[in-house]
Amino acid sequence: MNTASVSLGASVSSQSRIMQLALAALLGIFVVGFVGFSHIDAVHNAAHDYRHSMAFPCH
Amino acid sequence: MNLFRNVVFIAAIAGLVAGIALACMQAYATVPLILKAEVYEKAGGGHHHDHTAAANSNAMSSAAPADNAMSSATPASTGAAAPTEDEGWAPADGFERFAFNVVANIVTGIGFALILVAVSEFAGGIGNWRQGVFWGLAGFAVFTLAPGLGLPPELPAMPAAELLPRQIWWISTVAATAVGLGLIAFRKSLPLAILAVVLVVAPHIVGAPQPVSFETAIPEGLHHQFVVAVTLTDLVFWLVLGAGLGVVRGRFAGTATSLRDSFA
Repeated sequence: MNTASVSLGASVSSQSRIMQLALAALLGIFVVGFVGFSHIDAVHNAAHDYRHSMAFPCH
Repeated sequence: MNLFRNVVFIAAIAGLVAGIALACMQAYATVPLILKAEVYEKAGGGHHHDHTAAANSNAMSSAAPADNAMSSATPASTGAAAPTEDEGWAPADGFERFAFNVVANIVTGIGFALILVAVSEFAGGIGNWRQGVFWGLAGFAVFTLAPGLGLPPELPAMPAAELLPRQIWWISTVAATAVGLGLIAFRKSLPLAILAVVLVVAPHIVGAPQPVSFETAIPEGLHHQFVVAVTLTDLVFWLVLGAGLGVVRGRFAGTATSLRDSFA
């Protein structure tokens, strides 16, 4: 597949491409992890209904 | 960081839309059920799931001979300590609580979108809304179906095992299922496909951490309704997110016509 030439960052090298995509994925995992899995009470309470509604382990 | 910026931009738009859609669905489908369950939770006193189990063992041991007095004292004291351990700041019921739920939905919608875009770019990117629907189905299978088999959506006041082991099982199951589906979809090799099936099945053979007792004040019907509501709202969320990513990426990348030709 000639994916690199037709995808979002047409001009970047493949190594930098992997780095940037990995960084984006890590950012996403961090965001979801913080809202959905943090043990901080205030975060848990703020996102309480969301955690239940997404079937994240809660309480 | 050109590519990174593009990924974040696309994920932010699609995640915002899907997050708002999910928050609206939750307001009608799941949150009312959570509020109903909280009535049972408050009637039972306290926030912790272990209460019913502790109360049970307490009643049983007090019925037992007096040499069990020591063991019955332990659950009673933990039960008394629990209300003070609660609870910290919480949004006030009503609008504030609703608003925080919307924020949580949008933020995590963008988070899931980031993951979905990043992973799909490795496979050539989501070219249009139809491809997005399939990526959305994959996200639904990975993040809702697979962990939901072992740890079904639960209402407040339902018994559950310790939090941390459940979170570890949840995350491991998501990771194993994602790798498994990826192997099936993108590697044309029988041994790898077999490995994929093993990866998808393994977490359920290990088994999710389960509570000691399933006894709960929550009516079975209410819980079942909640499981259906959660599963369906999550399905729609993932479909909207995937399709949205396809549309936004197509508009944004400009090169999407060539992708469209090569895939659909």
